[in-house]
Formats: sequence, structure tokens, C-alpha cells
Amino acid sequence: MASFQNYIFPESLEDAYELLQANRRNAVIGGNGWLALGRQKLHTAIDLSRLGLGQIRVGPAYVEIGAMATLRQLERELPGSLLACCVKPIAGVQFRNLATVGGSLYSRFGFSDPVTALMAMDTTVLLHRQGDVPIVDFVWQKPSRDIVLGCRVENNGRRAAYQTLRLSATDLPVLTVAVSRLGSDWRVVVGARPGKAMLAEEASRLLSEGKADAGTAASAAAEELSFGSNMRGSGGYRRQIAQVLIARAIEQLHGEGGLAIC
Amino acid sequence: MLITTVLNGKSLRQEVPADKTLLDFLRENGCLSVKRGCGTENCGLCTVWVDGTPVLSCSYPLPRIDGHEVTTLEGVREEAAAFGAYMAGEGAEQCGYCSPGFIMTVLAMERELRNPAEEEINAYLAGCLCRCTGYSSQMRAIRKYLEKRHETD
Repeated sequence: MASFQNYIFPESLEDAYELLQANRRNAVIGGNGWLALGRQKLHTAIDLSRLGLGQIRVGPAYVEIGAMATLRQLERELPGSLLACCVKPIAGVQFRNLATVGGSLYSRFGFSDPVTALMAMDTTVLLHRQGDVPIVDFVWQKPSRDIVLGCRVENNGRRAAYQTLRLSATDLPVLTVAVSRLGSDWRVVVGARPGKAMLAEEASRLLSEGKADAGTAASAAAEELSFGSNMRGSGGYRRQIAQVLIARAIEQLHGEGGLAIC
Repeated sequence: MLITTVLNGKSLRQEVPADKTLLDFLRENGCLSVKRGCGTENCGLCTVWVDGTPVLSCSYPLPRIDGHEVTTLEGVREEAAAFGAYMAGEGAEQCGYCSPGFIMTVLAMERELRNPAEEEINAYLAGCLCRCTGYSSQMRAIRKYLEKRHETD
């Protein structure tokens, strides 16, 4: 467990933000899943759970997900959706009742299933100071000491397919793949490379221009993305697996197939 | 910091360190059913309920419990014994080390899912590891227990 001297429930976002700036060793606490595993020496833990950020709101144009909404809430409140599907293999129900969407976003974990899925949709990350940032920019920008308020996903009819390979159920993924389609606009995203999720731009373009079938697009994605090795698999293995999972996801999106955002 | 909580129906007010987990607090307060099986948020042995929701007490930050209600196996003795009898009846009980976390998860599932199919039960319990008596005997015990509860309702 990380150590800290103080634990504060700020009464406003501005208080939370100021507290975060006050000391480099102050940190926002999400589900505490990551901090509980570490040995970080922190000064003050900032708990956002009393600021009303735990809601998921489904509107006609957007789905808004608060930073403190749990992964389990995605399953329960958005049943049958892409987000429900992508969190199901993550550890157990007891873990998903703690882990938060804001924690997943802010931490920009390479292995993150929800980050992979959200990147395939039209997602904007909502930050207290910086404002609204498209998710790809957010994930790849230098982490700043800002507070993630949640994210907003356009409810525009985009459909997606999700594929993941795990060495055993409930383990972290060897690879995550989300492919989405809105009309002729395709998007191919690969995560757990094991680095952060990336948009496969060339493969997405080929599909959108109708110039590639599933196999060709999957090969293009595997070619353009970089893959690395860790204890769960080598880079070469990931590249091979990526082609299979991407092709499967593309096939699922032909016709009326695929999952919606809500 | 000072926290106020209800533990197994009893009000508690205690001064606690900022960086303690719920698991350590529960064991210090006599709830020895709560086990630290893996310490890596995988095994589910430390499962307790916060406001009725099953969570891993090994990673739950203790100060967040302020104003909320915690239930451990000690707080649901009768139900746990009733389900435990089905486990024993199906040969699904051996050393018992993982049983408290497992039982808390099964009882939470019973409250959350209506007539779950086997696949849903397996998915709900995927975060409960250890289980040396075997997943099949446990599944038989769960099905029989749920059927009986369903009849009584």
C-alpha cells in the first residue's frame, strides 16, 4: 500500500485542484487499485467521491461517464454495450466495483480495456482545467496535474467490436482490439501492445476508403503499429495475434453487427 | 482521521490512519473471516460488502468508509450457515480458507442477479480464486441453494 499522511474529501473541484497543486506528492485517489499495490510515498490522498462524479448519464446525443463511476457500473447501467463488454474480463466483480473510469483514463495504462474501447468511439475526456480533450490527444499528451472529471462519448450510432486475448480469465490482457464503424468511417485501435492504445491510421483509412478486406486491413494494422515484449508475450507474438483479433473484429462489424455505446 | 461507520449492524467511531486499508481495519476489529489471500487484488478472499456491494477490502481505502456500512461474514451468520450446509452437502468444503470471501460473493450475487444462468454465475464468481474443492461441487451447491431460496420466496 502507498503511504500518505492525510486523506481529504474536497468540497469542490476547485479545492481538489488547488490541493493537487499544493504538493507534488499529493495525488487523486480513484478506486485505489493501483495505489494499494504500490509503495509510493505520498503526502495527501485526494478523494473525489463526494463531488457527484459517480454518475453515468445517457442522453440523446451523448453518454457522459463521471470519473468516479466504477467499471461495474458500466456493465450494470449500459448492458449489452461496448463498454460493458470490454470490462467483463477485468479481474472480478469485487475489483470492478472499486476501479473507476477516471482512474483508468488518468493512469493511461497500456493494458487498459476501457481506454482501448473508448478510443475507438468518439470520446472526449473532460478535465477540470484543460477542458475537453479528444481521447487520443489525452492519452498521448504529457500527463498534467489536472483532474479528470469523466468522459463524454457521442451517441451517434457508431458501432464497435471488441476482441482481447488473455492467458487466463481475469488476467491482464496480452492484447486488446477495438474496431468501430460509423457508416463508411472505420477506426482500428490496438492496446496492450503492451504500450498505450494506438489508432492504426493506415488500416482505418484503407477500410474507410473501401480498399481493404478484413485480412488486408488487419495485416496493415499489424505492420504499422509497434509491439513490445513483456512477461505475457513477445512483440512478435502480439503482432501475429493482432492480425487475428483485428480481422475478427472487422468481420463482426459487417452488416448490422457490433455493439453500441449504450 | 476520525471515521464513523456501521460494521455488521454496530456503530463504530474510530481514529484511523489515512493510509490503512479496510481489510486491516476489519481484522483489527475482530472480523477474522476476512483473509488476505493474494495481496494483489486477484483472489477475492478479502471480499466484504460496502453498502451491500461486494468489494475487495485489501484495496478499499479505509477513510472512504466514513458514513457507509460494512458487512463481513460475521454479519450474515445465518445465511452463511445455510449456504455453507449446501457446500458441505456437495463436498464443496475443504480447508475453508477461501470460503468467507466466496460466500460473501455468492450471497451478493443472490441479491444482484435474478435466476442467473450457469454462465452468469461463473462470470460473477470469476474473481474468487483458491477453491480447492472444485468448481463443479461449488456450482452444484450454488444451484441447489438458489433453487431452495427461490421456492421459499
